[in-house]
Amino acid sequence: MTTAPAPAGWRFKQPSVIPGFGLTLGFSLAYLTLIILIPLSGLVWRSAALGWTDFWAIAADRRTINALEISFGTAFIAAGVNVVFGTIVAWVLVRYRFPGRRIVDAMVDLPFALPTAVAGIALTTLYAPNGWIGKLLMPLGIKVAYTPLGIVIALVFIGLPFVVRTVQPIMEELDKEVEEAAATLGANRFQIITRILFPGLAPAIITGFSLAFARGVGEYGSVIFIAGNLPFKSEIAPLLIVIRLEEYNYPAATAIAAIMLALSFLMLLVVNLAQSWSRKRYG
Amino acid sequence: MADPEIKSYEPHHESQSAAVTESRPVRIVAMAVAFAFLAIFLLMPLIVVFHEALAKGIGAYSEALASSDTRSAIRLTLLVAAISVPLNLVFGISAAWAIAKFEFKGKAFLTTLIDLPFSVSPVISGLVYVLLFGAQGVLGAWLKAHGVVILFAVPGIVLATVFVTFPFVARELIPLMQEQGNGDEEAALSLGANGWQTFWYVTLPNIKWGLLYGVLLCNARAMGEFGAVSVVSGHIRGLTNTMPLHVEILYNEYNAVGAFAVASLLAGLALVTLVLKTLLEMRYGAEIAATRGH
Repeated sequence: MTTAPAPAGWRFKQPSVIPGFGLTLGFSLAYLTLIILIPLSGLVWRSAALGWTDFWAIAADRRTINALEISFGTAFIAAGVNVVFGTIVAWVLVRYRFPGRRIVDAMVDLPFALPTAVAGIALTTLYAPNGWIGKLLMPLGIKVAYTPLGIVIALVFIGLPFVVRTVQPIMEELDKEVEEAAATLGANRFQIITRILFPGLAPAIITGFSLAFARGVGEYGSVIFIAGNLPFKSEIAPLLIVIRLEEYNYPAATAIAAIMLALSFLMLLVVNLAQSWSRKRYG
Repeated sequence: MADPEIKSYEPHHESQSAAVTESRPVRIVAMAVAFAFLAIFLLMPLIVVFHEALAKGIGAYSEALASSDTRSAIRLTLLVAAISVPLNLVFGISAAWAIAKFEFKGKAFLTTLIDLPFSVSPVISGLVYVLLFGAQGVLGAWLKAHGVVILFAVPGIVLATVFVTFPFVARELIPLMQEQGNGDEEAALSLGANGWQTFWYVTLPNIKWGLLYGVLLCNARAMGEFGAVSVVSGHIRGLTNTMPLHVEILYNEYNAVGAFAVASLLAGLALVTLVLKTLLEMRYGAEIAATRGH
């Protein structure tokens, strides 16, 4: 598969003695196109074919708007909770030494490995009014299962490893000498954390937040059991897509999916901008 | 960033001098908060799965697992993973070879496209196949005329699973193979090995632990996927119900022991995955790409 060096300045591929470029790239592109690109562009095409009036009628539907608000709102809150606790967990794992640290570290990946439906029924059982945790919250007047708070709980579970695993490697690379220098110059521990450590971690924390948020917006399996799924109250956007599909209302399902995709990409864009801003500000 | 020379000079657990760590009470509070959070959010859900599965004794538990619907759900889950994981394994190796071994235009864009399925909701991953193959879909009429069944059958479930597990092997191998460079392959080729021999005897031994790591994560997701599969499955008992879908059906029928019994098998799979993953990281950390989490 060796190609003769191209005469002009522009070339698609740098010359190499390694064989197999055409075969592997060709197969990869064909597979990617068949499995991912054609189906996804089908979604875009179908929603474009709806026409502006129909699309707007679905998008402006009260139930659609509420479902999107609930999905994005709960995912935002859950990602915020995970930023706080995930950063503390990462700090404890990186900086403190205690017996069983490896096991605790491995446990953090549980939400990646545990099927979402299993997480869903387990969390529902825990937070139901007669569950281990729900029983304790009941006298305080806090209802978790079958309310939007339940959605937040499920999304906190799902999103935790995204924050910990993004922040942890950056914490491990933090230079202790800088902290020592700051300490010898008279900074107290609080100043060191807020002025020196936090700025270094900020981009990773923002990345972790955005990953947890993006995952939370689209999450389905762990949420539908605990949410109660009341329209206008605790119905998430992915569930509304499923409901519309079951009604054979393909246009509505397609439109909601297209809105979700567009909003997710927009959010990721904003987060990327925020990140480059924080790099410039603190970098 | 960090100067490697200075970094290697002092492993940070040795000097816990007061200036560079928190005061003892703060440390204790931070650890208490972290442990309490992990216990509530990770440990308790795991314990409750096994507790509920065994709530009516071991007899009821094994009876729930022995039902024919449960058995066919287990068989279907194994079948779907056995098809979709090897497909994504071949793709992962192929994509990593093209991206890591060569410099070409549009490489960064291709790498971004490979990660695309991670930023798509599982429900949407299923929906795209319904729009393509469903009765009102683009290919629906043609498929019906030719008697090809994809949706609400095993092929649809496999496709949806392939979609959601698409990036796992590739994104594990790409950074690893980039890190390892082309030196070994170039040496083998200059000694007269052909392309396949080079891959088989040089590259594959170099990447085997990273490959296993990617396959492990890919398999866990393939067996546990719920949202995407739920949309394309049609939920036909005994025919198109995978284990996670069967958990949902049993749970909605108020068959808690049955639902949690099947769930306990999936939780067991998750625990085995975590143990193997941790062992791989401990023993072959250097031979697995540094990127963790996804």
